[in-house]
Amino acid sequence: MQIILEPLHYEFFRHGLIAAILVGALCGLIGVHVVLRGMSYVGHGLSHAAFGGAVIGFVLNFNFYIGAGVMGLFAALLINQLTTNKKIKSDAAIGIVTTAIFALGVAVISQQRNLNRSLESALFGNILGITNTDLLIIGLVTAITMSIMFLSYRSLLFATFDQETAQIFGLKTEALQLLFAVLLTLSVIVAMNIVGVTMIAAALIMPAMTARMMTDRFSLMQLYSIVIGIVIGAGGMYLSYFFNVASGATIVLFGAVIFCLSVMIRHIRERITLQENLHRHGNLIHSHPINNKNHNHTDEIKNESK
Amino acid sequence: MNPAIQLIDVTTSYENNVVFTRLSLQIEVGQFVGIVGPTGCGKTTLLKTILGAQKVFCGQVLLNGQPVDRTHNKKIGYIPQLESVDWSFPVTVEDVIMMGLYTGKRLLPWQSREERERVEDLAGKLGIYNCLRQHIAHTSGGQRQRAFLARALISNPTLLVLDEPTAGVDIKTQHEVLHLLGDINSQGMTIILTTHDLNAVASHLPWVICFNNGIVAEGKPRDIFTNAILTETYGSDIIIIKHGGYHLIANSTPLKFKHTT
Repeated sequence: MQIILEPLHYEFFRHGLIAAILVGALCGLIGVHVVLRGMSYVGHGLSHAAFGGAVIGFVLNFNFYIGAGVMGLFAALLINQLTTNKKIKSDAAIGIVTTAIFALGVAVISQQRNLNRSLESALFGNILGITNTDLLIIGLVTAITMSIMFLSYRSLLFATFDQETAQIFGLKTEALQLLFAVLLTLSVIVAMNIVGVTMIAAALIMPAMTARMMTDRFSLMQLYSIVIGIVIGAGGMYLSYFFNVASGATIVLFGAVIFCLSVMIRHIRERITLQENLHRHGNLIHSHPINNKNHNHTDEIKNESK
Repeated sequence: MNPAIQLIDVTTSYENNVVFTRLSLQIEVGQFVGIVGPTGCGKTTLLKTILGAQKVFCGQVLLNGQPVDRTHNKKIGYIPQLESVDWSFPVTVEDVIMMGLYTGKRLLPWQSREERERVEDLAGKLGIYNCLRQHIAHTSGGQRQRAFLARALISNPTLLVLDEPTAGVDIKTQHEVLHLLGDINSQGMTIILTTHDLNAVASHLPWVICFNNGIVAEGKPRDIFTNAILTETYGSDIIIIKHGGYHLIANSTPLKFKHTT
């Protein structure tokens, strides 16, 4: 217990822990849709675009969140627009738009020849420098995103599973896609201070993929992913404190370990299920749930004995 | 009879290529219609035009006498090509069926008691009650087709549209699916489907449209499945064999091998 309580005496750790938990939950939830839509690269791209925007904002004396937010949203909307006609695939659009905006930021930095602290934080993550304002913004974005995704659960599930049919059934899929792009951009921007531009894709994907290893149900996958995101965020923070390693990197490494464990557990579970269900009738060896009422053993034994 | 669907002088395109021009078509309420034609002839574009999901350059598409738009789509049940479905997606059969109710006003994610009863009732009628909790990837071809059929039927549509429901399934499942559709049609539902399987159409469907960027012919299979019409539709010689009251369709030019045993 002392191990858990001791770091909490420090304000910087308390702030960092709250931020990591909030961002863990946020990335866990939104990451499920990112993974299932096959957009794993988008978080990585949007964070680069947001960083480019933050640099431009810095030069123009804007707040970090304004520069990053405006450019991140611009990138998300442009990618959305470019991919509408299906001639440009999303991975190509992400690669072109976000790298171009990132390059613009790098070009501006090379002229300025200095990085301020908030830009360094965005690039590599600086969870220990989280201020009260940062916490407020992270909290607001988390609350808004979670509320909207809760109320849009049904539409988002249908549109993620089968966009074309969802549209034919009467859902406003284009508006949903736009809404999702905005929420994703906001999530990426607030997560940048925690894990940094370079590792944000992992923060989005790991909880969702770990949850996918644990369940075949969408609703449970969302729930598990949120919980796993929180565990990875909080666990990574404590490990970072005790081993004195950069917090963003520790969170991502801890997430990778949890993901590997989940893959191993799934593999073992599948082997056990196979063993439990594997049975034979004479020379016929097969596997299926034993309590499957539809399974007619008699016919198979007859066929096998012929 | 009342027309369920009317296309009046409709012209449409796909990726800047005109698919069909000035197409007129009428399908009556309660009809069971199969659309056949070669790959890329515009069958799916025709279905999407009927569904209101395709941009129409000129002409009119009417569903029960009213212009088709998204507000009418709740009256249409649609089943896409199952080959386009991501079977690794984490949903159960029950989740898939529930999606048919996701266009309603309810905002809460979980299902109401009434919704659950509707899903269970329909699943029971379609013979998939026992696999409601199974992941879709763990079901057979027939069960998958029935799950998507249930999703299309759960909102009580007046028209059912299916894009190649017999693709990628074995003959037994194909037979089951077409008989199930026949049963649904006999209760008054208008059904339109596309398929590549001419033999299945010849033996199961009462009305067929031969399509190739326009209507080549339409009528009962026994009347329009002629060598001339099918050759015009497919641009390839096709043999029709009449056997026991059935039409069997075969490719007329088998490969000839030098070395045969």
